[in-house]
Amino acid sequence: MQKSLHIDPSKCTSCLQCEMACSFENYGVFNNSLSRIKVFDFHHTGAKVPYTCTQCDEAWCMHACPVEAIKLDKDNGAKVVFEDVCVGCKVCTIACPFGTVNYVAETGKVQKCDLCGGNPACAEACPTGAITYVDANWTGLDRMRQWADKLGNQAA
Amino acid sequence: MAWTRKILRVNLTDRTTKSEPLNMEWANDYLGQRGLATKYLVSEIDPKVDPLSPENKIIWATGPLTGTMASTGGRYSVVTKGPLTGAIACSNSGGYFGAELKFAGWDMVIIEGRASSPVYLSIENDKVEIRDASHLWGKTVWETEETLKSEHQDPQVRVSCIGRTGEAGVLYAAIVNDLHRAAGRSGVGAVAGSKNLKALVVRGTLGVGNLANPKEFMKVTFEKKKILKENAVTGQGLPTYGTQVLMNVINEIGAMPTRNHKDVQFEGARKISAEAMHEPRESDGKAQLVNNQGCFGCTIACGRISKIDQTHYTVVNSPKYWGASGGLEYEAAWSLGCANGVDDIEALQYANMLCNEDGFDPISFGATIGAVMELYEMGVLTKEEIGIEAPFGSARALTFLAEQTARGEGFGKIVGLGSKRLCEKYGHPELSMSVKGQEFPAYDARGVQGMGLTYATSNRGACHLRSYTISSEVLGIPVKTDPHTTEGKPALVKAFQDATAVVDSSGLCVFTTFAWALSDIQPQLQAACEGDWSMEKLDLMGERIWNMERQFNNAAGFTRKDDDLPPRLKTEAAKVGPAKGLVSGIDKMIPEYYALRGWDSEGRPTAETVARLGL
Repeated sequence: MQKSLHIDPSKCTSCLQCEMACSFENYGVFNNSLSRIKVFDFHHTGAKVPYTCTQCDEAWCMHACPVEAIKLDKDNGAKVVFEDVCVGCKVCTIACPFGTVNYVAETGKVQKCDLCGGNPACAEACPTGAITYVDANWTGLDRMRQWADKLGNQAA
Repeated sequence: MAWTRKILRVNLTDRTTKSEPLNMEWANDYLGQRGLATKYLVSEIDPKVDPLSPENKIIWATGPLTGTMASTGGRYSVVTKGPLTGAIACSNSGGYFGAELKFAGWDMVIIEGRASSPVYLSIENDKVEIRDASHLWGKTVWETEETLKSEHQDPQVRVSCIGRTGEAGVLYAAIVNDLHRAAGRSGVGAVAGSKNLKALVVRGTLGVGNLANPKEFMKVTFEKKKILKENAVTGQGLPTYGTQVLMNVINEIGAMPTRNHKDVQFEGARKISAEAMHEPRESDGKAQLVNNQGCFGCTIACGRISKIDQTHYTVVNSPKYWGASGGLEYEAAWSLGCANGVDDIEALQYANMLCNEDGFDPISFGATIGAVMELYEMGVLTKEEIGIEAPFGSARALTFLAEQTARGEGFGKIVGLGSKRLCEKYGHPELSMSVKGQEFPAYDARGVQGMGLTYATSNRGACHLRSYTISSEVLGIPVKTDPHTTEGKPALVKAFQDATAVVDSSGLCVFTTFAWALSDIQPQLQAACEGDWSMEKLDLMGERIWNMERQFNNAAGFTRKDDDLPPRLKTEAAKVGPAKGLVSGIDKMIPEYYALRGWDSEGRPTAETVARLGL
């Protein structure tokens, strides 16, 4: 079963545990500026929204890369940057429509979410269930259940 | 290790900045944040110094767990000699600023002297600059943050700054970060203002690494987060209702200070409670509460984000207040509401927004208005003097005076002095509900006896956060004690004071202690920090920090007589409720407390105590 990261902004409290977990997993430090997932806090409306790569099937970044440094991990569908191949040309950062692949000046390479090899640290760290790692075919299951509950149980 | 081992020293008089190694011997004895910054302060300033003079210093300090994945690990403290009390001042804030400062590579920033003209401090990792802030002077907190983010062309900078009240020297002016999180009490904002220091702007990209035992740290912090999640207070009560979960609880037990402590129950409490914040309004069908927010690293998320009623008289012509904003928290709802008998929740949210927007402490402000209203009802203060009719219960008077105080206009200038000076000025010092000049928070010392001792002995003046015995006396954490008796309270208060001093020095939030004992924090410190961090060491450290603060206050001129409550709480019994007929037994508790502390009858640590604690 392929899984994917699923985000429910209504559950996010902007605690940034996900960002710290990401930087710790990949760099061994707590450093939100190195996180591949980012929480946006729209203070005027109160909305808090975590955002990261959704691992497009026809990934723009992968297709744009001139040196084939971004490859598919067949086990989990992640598009993974191979740092030893990446030349830091940043073409992928232009190709990505969502902004989720970014350059890291300190390494001279790009970085993006690679699903931590199938066990995403952000989802594990999220205390509220705003970020979950679920069946890619059924990311809507939870929401369906909520509405089904309304229809079948609460209405009765 | 969990410290960056670097402190930034800034002299505003000479306009110089320099990096110094952190004194690791002191870090070993005082941990970080409150304890460590206080150690620096008391070692560097004369206790008799005028708090608003260039000779005072002000320190922004993080703890060893600030900027880590430990739950609530985002706290910082501002430590200085406070202008409201003349005692040690230490005010703690959440939000995101503290972690950012740590990520920039600094354990603390020590500010000395006074700039000849307004400045702000820009910190981008190692790059530190004192910059001109003349264009920011006169701006609110909200305008300042927006302007600085725009000028730095970086939406990711974090700002800790003062509003107009800090510039004007309001004695309970706060330092606000992330728009609505504040080092709120004791007037730390006035000290920054006296130094012509408008703001600290920080961008940190270095992160926190090099923990003593990272693997163990991740394991233990995950375990401890689970405890917070499964606890009824930190896992359900606080995220759902915020600190406002207390409004109806405290009112029911008759410990709700009402109308300047004349009463102990407020008939309007229900209308300004957490439950009320959840209910749809008549005007627009929406609840005031939008959602909850955590501070950096916090898995509790007690913070309230609300939207005011756009049709309310306070904001109907001011769209800038219509967006989501912080509040109401319990302390503010109490001080702006119960303390004045005001039950208009939208008026409270408006006054609360002004406190955030211009950086002043809603507790001291609201409690001061309580005194103003009592003086008005007595005929001592008049409509002409105040600028409005100000009987208890007047929302119009509350919001008018909040505006005046924020802007430094009219009677707001007097309100900005706090209740002690205001009541003295009008010949009724007994009506100031304060200790050492700082106003009480939201628990009546007659109905919860331990809190009376907490207030009387708090080193920064009346404060609930120095030993929150409500946990034990009302909520039964860790064990239930009878709130009406003084028996056992000196030991309870001492234990809470010492443990809290450690929590406040760690980088964590004291709200974790609804679910965690110090023994839950100890393994997190042990995994993060090199060396030995046993419970014995932490217990002793808490006591050491408490006594260090006490010694500073003693040297500043405080004595036994300052560890006291206003006569009202000792002579006017609670009129109704479960505590009916009770007064505070403070005079009984003090001698026992001094003895337990190892202090003489004047409240000074004995030579033996000083030696035992290595002070």
